[in-house]
Amino acid sequence: MEFAIYCKNLCRSFGEIQAVKSLTLGIKRGEIYGFLGPNGAGKTTSLRMLSTLLKPTSGEGWVAGHDISKEPELVRLKIGTTLQEASLDNILTGRETLTYQGRYYGLSQNQIQTRIDELAPLLDMDAIDRRVKTYSGGMKRRLDVAASLIHNPEVLFLDEPTTGLDPVSRIKVWEEIRQLNSNYNITIFLTTQYLDEADQLADRVGILSGGEILTEGSPEELKRKIGKDVICVRVGENGASGTSNGSGENGENNKSDRQELLDALGKVSGVSSVDEQPGELLIGAENGTAVLGEVAVILKGSSEDVIEISLRSPTLDEVFLEATGYRIKTHEDEPTSTEETQTVENLKN
Amino acid sequence: METPAIIARRINFFFGLRVAASRSVRVLPRDLALIIPTLIVPIFFFAVTIGALSNLAQGANLEIDYKAFQLPVAILTAVTGVSRAGALVIDIQQGYFDRLMLTPLNRYSILLGLMIADLVVFIILSVPVVALGLIVGVRFETGILGILVFIGLGALWGLVYTGFPYAMALFTGNPTAVNNSFLLFFPFIFLTTAWVPKENLSGWLSSVATLNPVTYILEGLRSLFLEWDALELGKALLAIAGIGIAAQSLAFWGLIKRSRTD
Repeated sequence: MEFAIYCKNLCRSFGEIQAVKSLTLGIKRGEIYGFLGPNGAGKTTSLRMLSTLLKPTSGEGWVAGHDISKEPELVRLKIGTTLQEASLDNILTGRETLTYQGRYYGLSQNQIQTRIDELAPLLDMDAIDRRVKTYSGGMKRRLDVAASLIHNPEVLFLDEPTTGLDPVSRIKVWEEIRQLNSNYNITIFLTTQYLDEADQLADRVGILSGGEILTEGSPEELKRKIGKDVICVRVGENGASGTSNGSGENGENNKSDRQELLDALGKVSGVSSVDEQPGELLIGAENGTAVLGEVAVILKGSSEDVIEISLRSPTLDEVFLEATGYRIKTHEDEPTSTEETQTVENLKN
Repeated sequence: METPAIIARRINFFFGLRVAASRSVRVLPRDLALIIPTLIVPIFFFAVTIGALSNLAQGANLEIDYKAFQLPVAILTAVTGVSRAGALVIDIQQGYFDRLMLTPLNRYSILLGLMIADLVVFIILSVPVVALGLIVGVRFETGILGILVFIGLGALWGLVYTGFPYAMALFTGNPTAVNNSFLLFFPFIFLTTAWVPKENLSGWLSSVATLNPVTYILEGLRSLFLEWDALELGKALLAIAGIGIAAQSLAFWGLIKRSRTD
């Protein structure tokens, strides 16, 4: 098997801090590989090593057939990299950005024009002669991706391509990534902190935490690894949540009621786990249909304000929770201006 | 859709330099905030100084008119500390520098490309200052060639001095640090024979001015008003070379450090 990206025991330390512990992975040509993890997991450090911006402390890696440590110049000719923030010169126009980028890779003016025409679906051609500083976040991000593709690379590295984008721009970027992959067979390595992004785009996902891959596989494989259905119970604030109205004696009673409920649900035959989360209870079971009735009866007999009960297959959310003990955010969880930004909640605490 | 037969290739140093310089020069007209204030300051100082001190300077030991005496100060004030280092900091902060690092572009051509743009700015700044000098009656006995050498020496000084702000930009990636590198300008320019000849300077200032390389650059520039003086011009070039080696070494050290991947 010829890999577009292969690395073995890749490590990177910054002084005492080991940002990436021992990364071993193989990504096939034409594959979209999602690197999923919270902030500080080592995603960007891994990407910067593979794209030759950072030398590994130890270990070895090959990208597009070249050694990242010994032949970084040859690697750079064959890769395109879009970093976390749009790496653009705001004073240039979109066309100038692409032209200079093409010139850096030795393309002629005609070749650059050909590539601009080919990349037109990705670009806002109406705005291509406007200065980049007038672009919206989504337009900048797409120009950034186009600049990374101008020299027709074999491998595209995308570092959190949709972080900070509005939903419409995000879906447009996803669509373009899919098309790039299917039209040009470009191998895409993308890092993300969003479960839905990894689920939507990646052929395979590696879940990274604390500088190492905890589990890896296609989204479906990973979900199957969890091997159970999930009964999701949405609960209201007026029930025994013990969180929103949890002050004083009533609060203590609510907490006690909630704990009794959790215990009762945990004792149902066939239930393998019960997780309490803000506004919902997640009940894991090998066969969700078989236990759903009994769960409903227990909930009806409780003081809980049940809004909705649904049965579903596991999501990457559960996979991530199972692998790391943490919950990671989806795009829907993006904080509003009044909310405190908190990327990861430790549900075990 | 077929994969187009367009393949990236390595580029040589000079081609890379041309492309990097082209980008830096192209954006100059879009960054007039760099040029206009730096043109106003030397013209203002020149006008005020010759207006206020010309009569006082009559008692000084001057071989030339005080207006001519001040013109080299105006040129050095115009070009000292002016650079695209602020733009480099923005490139670093916005990630464009990393984008350049990911291309086959030679690292040194990134910095040299910016300096070529600086050279263009220095010429743009020098021409109106010299023109103003000629309008107020300054005469070059060395003729047109003397004027060109005058502008060239000023631009060369400005170019070597850019090493300091570029070093600040590359070591810190911080715009405030780049702006603060302007502070070096004061001892370099004013602890010299900027206002009066060395013979008229008092004790410690005379000693400092003797050690300050800019004194020799000023003397070299002033010599062009009278005659071709190889010794004065040689001293000026040596002074520029000395500061240039120090400043540019710092800048390229900063570039190497900034572009290191380990």
